[in-house]
Amino acid sequence: MSSAEQAQPCTEGGFWRDTGRTGITSWIFSTDHKRIGLLYFYSTFGFFLVGVMLGLLIRLDLMTPASTLMGPQTYNALFTVHGVVMIFLFIIPGMPGAFGNLVMPIQIGARDVAFPRLNLFSWWLYIIGAGIILTSLFTGNGPPDTGWTFYVPFSARTSTNVSLAVLGVFTIGFSSILTGLNFITTIHRLRAEGMTWGRLPLFTWSLYATAWIQLLATPVLGITLALILAERLLGTGLFDPTRGGDPIMYQHLFWIYSHPAVYIMILPGMGVVSDIIPVFARKPIFGYKMIAFSSLAIAAAGSLVWGHHMFTSGMSDTAILVFSFLTFIVAIPSAIKVFNWVSTLYKGSISLEAPMLFALSFILLFSIGGLTGLILGAAATDIHVHDTDFVVGHFHYVMFGGAGFAFIAAMHYWLPKFYGRRYAEKPAIVGWALMFVGFNVLYFSMMVLGLKGMPRRYYHYLPEFAPLNLVATIGSWILALGLIIMLVNLFRGLFRGEPAGDNPWGGATLEWSIPTPPATENFEQEPVVTHGPYDFTRTGEP
Amino acid sequence: MTHEQTPHILSYGKLTLVWLTLLALTALTVWVAHHNVGIGHVWGSLAIACLKSGLVIAFFMHMKYEGRLLRWLLFTALAILAIFIGFTFFDVLYR
Ligand code: HEM
Ligand SMILES: [Cu+2]
Repeated sequence: MSSAEQAQPCTEGGFWRDTGRTGITSWIFSTDHKRIGLLYFYSTFGFFLVGVMLGLLIRLDLMTPASTLMGPQTYNALFTVHGVVMIFLFIIPGMPGAFGNLVMPIQIGARDVAFPRLNLFSWWLYIIGAGIILTSLFTGNGPPDTGWTFYVPFSARTSTNVSLAVLGVFTIGFSSILTGLNFITTIHRLRAEGMTWGRLPLFTWSLYATAWIQLLATPVLGITLALILAERLLGTGLFDPTRGGDPIMYQHLFWIYSHPAVYIMILPGMGVVSDIIPVFARKPIFGYKMIAFSSLAIAAAGSLVWGHHMFTSGMSDTAILVFSFLTFIVAIPSAIKVFNWVSTLYKGSISLEAPMLFALSFILLFSIGGLTGLILGAAATDIHVHDTDFVVGHFHYVMFGGAGFAFIAAMHYWLPKFYGRRYAEKPAIVGWALMFVGFNVLYFSMMVLGLKGMPRRYYHYLPEFAPLNLVATIGSWILALGLIIMLVNLFRGLFRGEPAGDNPWGGATLEWSIPTPPATENFEQEPVVTHGPYDFTRTGEP
Repeated sequence: MTHEQTPHILSYGKLTLVWLTLLALTALTVWVAHHNVGIGHVWGSLAIACLKSGLVIAFFMHMKYEGRLLRWLLFTALAILAIFIGFTFFDVLYR
């Protein structure tokens, strides 16, 4: 490559070109799904990095049994804000907002989503909500200290800034609902000719299932948060037993949303993995229909298991039985996916590039997270490990090892398409290896600690837990180092690397059939789709 | 779409009648709350609430005059809500 070519900005063509507006306003008021996707990418990923710093601070405090780094109040605020940021500002809006927006309309052969302005409004609601949450940290009586779950009675009584934080999360809920509505309409109405439901890429299928959960479950979160506000500001007594209220009802309401929300987090990740595995195994996906169907099955069955968070809360034994049983049902569609991915790999011609390495780690880490979930879903064993570090280990395996690693896989797989340039392969693999090792050292230690009885949300602990806690903290540093290498390499590549070409991986879905970077309305003329998404004999044609 | 173009404006008389019915039902809710009738209390209140929201949806929100698609959408959403609430009764009824 000549040095003149190298010096050019990465963003010379396609949708990066001038759109009439100039500067920042051509981004924050753009209705182009790709620009909105990048807005979401920068904002959600930025919050991920903030959350990582908070997580590292938590681990730093836990390095020794009686750390003098911070007091209990600071520690409570730290894990609360870490949880709120990671859940509501990164992992729920991240994948649909960033990669759903960037890729989905192209995958179905559309020019944009069904409601482009609503799409921009969703991002704005997200930013406003995030602003409110940030404000809650620095005003009033200090940052919220309830944990991300806002459980009553504490959340109704604490003098910290819970009301403002809850209002911020409430606003973000609306952003999520509108994205869901937009995606459902888009996938129903804007598919190109020949893009039948049976030819929909599995990433789009997973977004479709996710969108229904966003639309139907998120209003319950809104109501629940509004009730906390009513409790705090008006003293309604809804959850106060001395006034005829029921504190357990709060937990029902909260988890009616928040369990389905874990599928909002993980389903798009599963979609990414389903799209990446066949490309890097050079083989059509095994069991296309079952993977698509199991997304819907997970969405439906997963909506009826929320009680498994409440086995120790004083809920009735009948309810414990029902919810424990239903939790085991959800394992079936999840396992269907894992078996289908593994069958796709079988006898494939596997090429271990960065997106594939992250996707393969997803399968392993998600499986560990899912199986430990069954230990928590079985009522008897849950009694022992409830509210211990075992739970913290479990959900980081699902949310970080699963959804988070899938997000990073998506970054390595799709971002070169949109920036037009690619990263170097070797440092990407070094970054991946460090992250993978650090991740397991960190969270596996925490699971073992939990089995030994180490409680979660404690800033000091008994000396017998000291050795493993030290190991976990060292793991968090290895993880962070890997993350830094991965990021520096990725962004340096995206802005200054080799041109990516139109189809660097040999994918057969529509996004690889158009020029890199894609043009403003994606297709010069509406494509007529003639083959399935994993038909690698026809790559490059629509 | 099946949405017919005629704007179905309701008469003041009809609207007032619905409003008065709602007020009466509210009074009934208060009455039920003051009389201890055991678990019938919950079912009674829920029944009244359903009736009231039914009236609001049918007349104030014009659903009585809308096409089938919209009604099905609303029905589906309500059915899902009913399932959510119904499942909490595995807890509330057997505690
Ligand atoms: C380097 C990265 C991370 C580190 C070091 C880290 C560390 C931790 C630790 C030690 C806790 C337990 C605090 C306690 O119970 O006392 C925790 C809680 C939590 N983490 Fe992370 N974490 C990281 C990334 C993530 C990610 C990516 C997510 C989600 C996508 C996440 C979501 C949560 C949630 C929801 C909680 C529970 C907060 C609460 O108890 O209210 N974390 N984290
Ligand atoms: Cu759950």
